[in-house]
Amino acid sequence: MRSIVLSAAAALLLATTAACGSSDGGGSDAEATSSAPKDTTLTVFAAASLKSSFTEIGAAFEKANPGVNVTFNFAGSSDLVAQIQQGAPADVFASADTTNMDKATADDLVAGSPTDFATNTLEIATPPDNPADVDSLDDLADPDVKVVLCAAAVPCGAAAAGVEKAAGVDIRPVSEEQSVTDVLGKVISGEADAGLVYVTDVEAAGDKVNGVTFPESSGVVNTYPIAALTGSKHLDVAKAFAAFVAGDQGRAVLAAAGFGAP
Amino acid sequence: MASARASGLPRWVVVPAVAGAVFIVLPLAALASRVQWGSFWSLVTSDSSREALLLSLRTSGTATVLCVVLGVPMALVLARTSFRGQALIRSLVLLPLVLPPVVGGIALLYTFGRQGLLGGTMDVLGLQIAFSTTAVVIAQTFVSLPFLVVSLEGTLRTAGQRYEVVAATLGARPTTVLRRVTLPLVLPGLAAGAVLSFARALGEFGATITFAGSLEGVTRTLPLEIYLQRETDPDAAVALSLVLVVIAVLVIGLVRGRSNAL
Repeated sequence: MRSIVLSAAAALLLATTAACGSSDGGGSDAEATSSAPKDTTLTVFAAASLKSSFTEIGAAFEKANPGVNVTFNFAGSSDLVAQIQQGAPADVFASADTTNMDKATADDLVAGSPTDFATNTLEIATPPDNPADVDSLDDLADPDVKVVLCAAAVPCGAAAAGVEKAAGVDIRPVSEEQSVTDVLGKVISGEADAGLVYVTDVEAAGDKVNGVTFPESSGVVNTYPIAALTGSKHLDVAKAFAAFVAGDQGRAVLAAAGFGAP
Repeated sequence: MASARASGLPRWVVVPAVAGAVFIVLPLAALASRVQWGSFWSLVTSDSSREALLLSLRTSGTATVLCVVLGVPMALVLARTSFRGQALIRSLVLLPLVLPPVVGGIALLYTFGRQGLLGGTMDVLGLQIAFSTTAVVIAQTFVSLPFLVVSLEGTLRTAGQRYEVVAATLGARPTTVLRRVTLPLVLPGLAAGAVLSFARALGEFGATITFAGSLEGVTRTLPLEIYLQRETDPDAAVALSLVLVVIAVLVIGLVRGRSNAL
């Protein structure tokens, strides 16, 4: 009896260990020389919404700088800041909002000052067949429409609250999700009739969702800053990457993904 | 040390054993060391914390009742009958124990969700499960049912069938045997299983956030609240985490007390 209870307790512990989060600790093993860095690994911590664009920009940067290998850690901006504050080996930080970049700046983790490289606004996402016939922000206030938003604690939720306030619309969501991808997931699966996500999320989701733009979205614009970090062993390469993202090639990729100019 | 020698255990075994114990206890101590005791009480009794705790207790309690109602017959069938495919059925019943909770959540979504297997039927019956407290209870029952079945089936097998056979030869009907002999005999095991199920339901996170969403007072249970608070108020997240640790310690104490009493 005893052993059975204990083994069940052990199983309980195992089962509750949900795999959560990951960080790619970039091993940096080569010394940086200013002109021709050999086998340099650059670790970039970037907001989750930048995943596809930055993967593409990273490949272009590697091509333009032989010997440089760019690895990414994509997660929510506040998670990334927390990891950097705890000493995670990051060379570059790209945040989805200025609030989280300010946290890094306040802790003297940023080398120089951050550069704004993109902007993002909100858009309504509905399932492809738009079952609740949503075509304006006002429609989201209808109690019969199941709307999912981000929780106010995360950047996309703060943006949604800002849009609601600016437009004078009171949305009663059926769920306040942890991240913008969770909102998108509920819309794609058809559980929700509509959700407020970023323009770039609608773009990236392709025909899995239907995007509904609304004029009030211009009231709240999220600015994305990027910066090289003081903890970097390859500060010059880190700065070059940040400049590359904000430069013509980076801008072209970001614009194609739906990001606005800073 | 002396008792270790007396039991014939090599002394060096103690070293990794102690290391293992430290590995488990140290993170809990680290958590406790981060608690802001001055504001602890106000943090755990804030409106959102209280709502989350009450919701957690309510849903976990309901899930435990469901586990007993469904799990006791399941354990009886598994322990007291034999049929073809029983081993397979047992493995399937235990599946939620080893499945990542998020997988359970996705599976539940495709069963009870709007677009799910039973979604159409539910709609006809006027039942809306997604984003409701019912969804939380379903998720919790799904993940915690195996705990009750495992621990009760073990107890039933250990208790054996001697008394039941005697009762039957004395003319007791099967239902009377079950009610008057079997169940009283395994009551401690049943209680231990119920407590473990309750604990698992209380800690449920992955399936809930995937399947039920997150809304204060409706679906945002304590683990979801902790996960959200972490974004803005790490102190509150730590304080609430400690509350769950204390509950977990109480649960283990209860189960151990029960099994020692056997």
